Amino acid sequence: MTFSRITKLSSVILLLFVIFSESHIYAQDSENNPIELFFSQVEVNGFFEARAGYRTQNDPFEKDESVMEARFQAEFFTYTDRTEFKYKGDVWADGITEKGEYDTREAWIFFRPAGFTDVKIGRQVLTWGTGDLVFLNDLFPKDWQSYFIGRDKEYLKAPSDALKASFFTYLADIDLIYTPKFDPDRYITGEHISHWNGNAGGLTGRDAIAATDRPDTWFRDDELALRVYKNIHNYELALYGYFGFWKRPAGRDASGISIFPELNVYGASARGQVGRGIGNIEIAYYHSRDDENGENPFIDNSEMRFLIGYTQDIARDFNASIQYYVEYMLNYDDYRDNLSGGPARDENRHVITVQVTKLLMNQNLEVSLSSYYSPSDRDAYLRPIVHYKYTDDITIDIGANIFLGKDRHTFFSQFENNTNIYTSLRYSF
Amino acid sequence: MTLYQGTDMKGRVFMIITDNQERTREREFSMLRKNGGDHDGDQKFFTYFQSPADVRKMTFMVHKHAGLEREDDRWLYMPGLDLVKRIAAGDKRTSFVGSDFLYEDISGRSPEEDIHELIETTDDYYIVKNIPKKPGSVEFEYYTAHIDKTTFLPMKMEFYKKNDRCYRVIENMKVEEIRSKENGNRATYPTVTVSIARDLDSGSRTEMIFSGVAYNIGLGKNLFTERYLRRPPREAIR
Repeated sequence: MTFSRITKLSSVILLLFVIFSESHIYAQDSENNPIELFFSQVEVNGFFEARAGYRTQNDPFEKDESVMEARFQAEFFTYTDRTEFKYKGDVWADGITEKGEYDTREAWIFFRPAGFTDVKIGRQVLTWGTGDLVFLNDLFPKDWQSYFIGRDKEYLKAPSDALKASFFTYLADIDLIYTPKFDPDRYITGEHISHWNGNAGGLTGRDAIAATDRPDTWFRDDELALRVYKNIHNYELALYGYFGFWKRPAGRDASGISIFPELNVYGASARGQVGRGIGNIEIAYYHSRDDENGENPFIDNSEMRFLIGYTQDIARDFNASIQYYVEYMLNYDDYRDNLSGGPARDENRHVITVQVTKLLMNQNLEVSLSSYYSPSDRDAYLRPIVHYKYTDDITIDIGANIFLGKDRHTFFSQFENNTNIYTSLRYSF
Repeated sequence: MTLYQGTDMKGRVFMIITDNQERTREREFSMLRKNGGDHDGDQKFFTYFQSPADVRKMTFMVHKHAGLEREDDRWLYMPGLDLVKRIAAGDKRTSFVGSDFLYEDISGRSPEEDIHELIETTDDYYIVKNIPKKPGSVEFEYYTAHIDKTTFLPMKMEFYKKNDRCYRVIENMKVEEIRSKENGNRATYPTVTVSIARDLDSGSRTEMIFSGVAYNIGLGKNLFTERYLRRPPREAIR
């Protein structure tokens, strides 16, 4: 057991925490320092967090703990007259992998080369689209693993190493994002979450982490994402394009290794005031380029995806939203005809999401429930969270990830053994 | 009370919320405001949060519509997720960032919403009673305002529930003359820089301190868009 190493790393993190929280380090104020004349004071912020979660049932393929970590995040921000700089990184002692881990969340430079252009280069978190925790045209990397084991919602979004150029014109605004090397989702591998494994024909976990062949040649295995958007009387309209790869393994090659086939996505969305609430609608065509007509049973078919949603305040400090989402598989007959073994997917996957959030105790206590229910898969995912701000600096979370379902292979049902409850304590500085 | 002084304005707000057990919480944010929009009386706001940690660097944008029939448009940008969230128009009589000030105290309550009645004139103040036209839309029966005879600023507002029970008081503790230029001419704007809101029912109070106030700074009309919501303008950061 390498727990002593974990303990050591935890101590280091604790030490960092003490240094950062006690000294409030800022760049030294000195009129003689030439760097000071050029850069603003460096803003230093971050947090220290302990988090623990347990599976509420036995999972033969995973540990009893779903998450067990001591985490330290630090962020540094400064700017000059024309440029902004930011670094944000995490280090944590991970009791599940029994290793010290680190992750750079952001490391970028931002500047405005012209009045109508913004540029951001480096590691950054990227999001667009109208769905609430449902993504159609947002093909930027997600970290479902972190989401399902009970990390903070911030970690659902994994960073991209990309160049983002934005152009603001009279006709419309344009975002162009180039990722020189494919950034896949941090999808379910089995390391933290057991899942349905089509190759094995059953559930697998830490014992069977799938081998993948990930496109990883710089400037050849690249991704391009485009958004053209316009606000007309506060109705936000957007067109999207994506040219890259399926973000999680969506096929396998002849030797059974999971692959990321080529994918283009074209879509559109609208969002705006409807009645007393906000309505949104989004559509996307997923063009699976390595399986044009759906005849290759080893590569996912093309799909159409639809989303319609509505959110409204239904009482004071009480918000509710509902969304209806459909994934429609194209060339379904060809998929059925060529399917070799394993249960077939439905032609349509329907998902209804309902989210309610209530603020209490002068908005210091937030109680929320996000729920996903699929009538076609007959499975569901519930995500209750209680978030309490004990002081301005100390927050406590208690939450759960509950997976329910009838069949073993459907999207949420496959995670049933991973149902967990967790708690966290965070000190921010 | 609505705030229209100058064509635009910026300032930094510091709030101390003290509960009935004298525990305190702090809020710090920059505000930008610009008059104008689709209709007369429309305004646009940016609120850029500096603290506490859980809202730091979040930006809140409001396109306020003077017309009573149209709800304000509101957006929230969450930098950790790079998420632009559209916020459903809510009850304006809801606490602003957990303080004893309400959303409507910050964005302004339209005079159109109430019937006004002058009930007393003292040496310094006009005392006006304000009765809501739609009583169901607010939590008070009426409120009185002590309006300064020279600046026309409401210096004290007392909110009453049934049976003339006062349950909420906002008092302006300090007014500063902020110098500026308007169309090339010198102008001074009397501005409330310290105010206290008290909730007499809960025993909680919030002190709001307004600093770095400047008027007519020339905020561009394209400032209040998604571009600057995602990347707040320098005027807000500095």
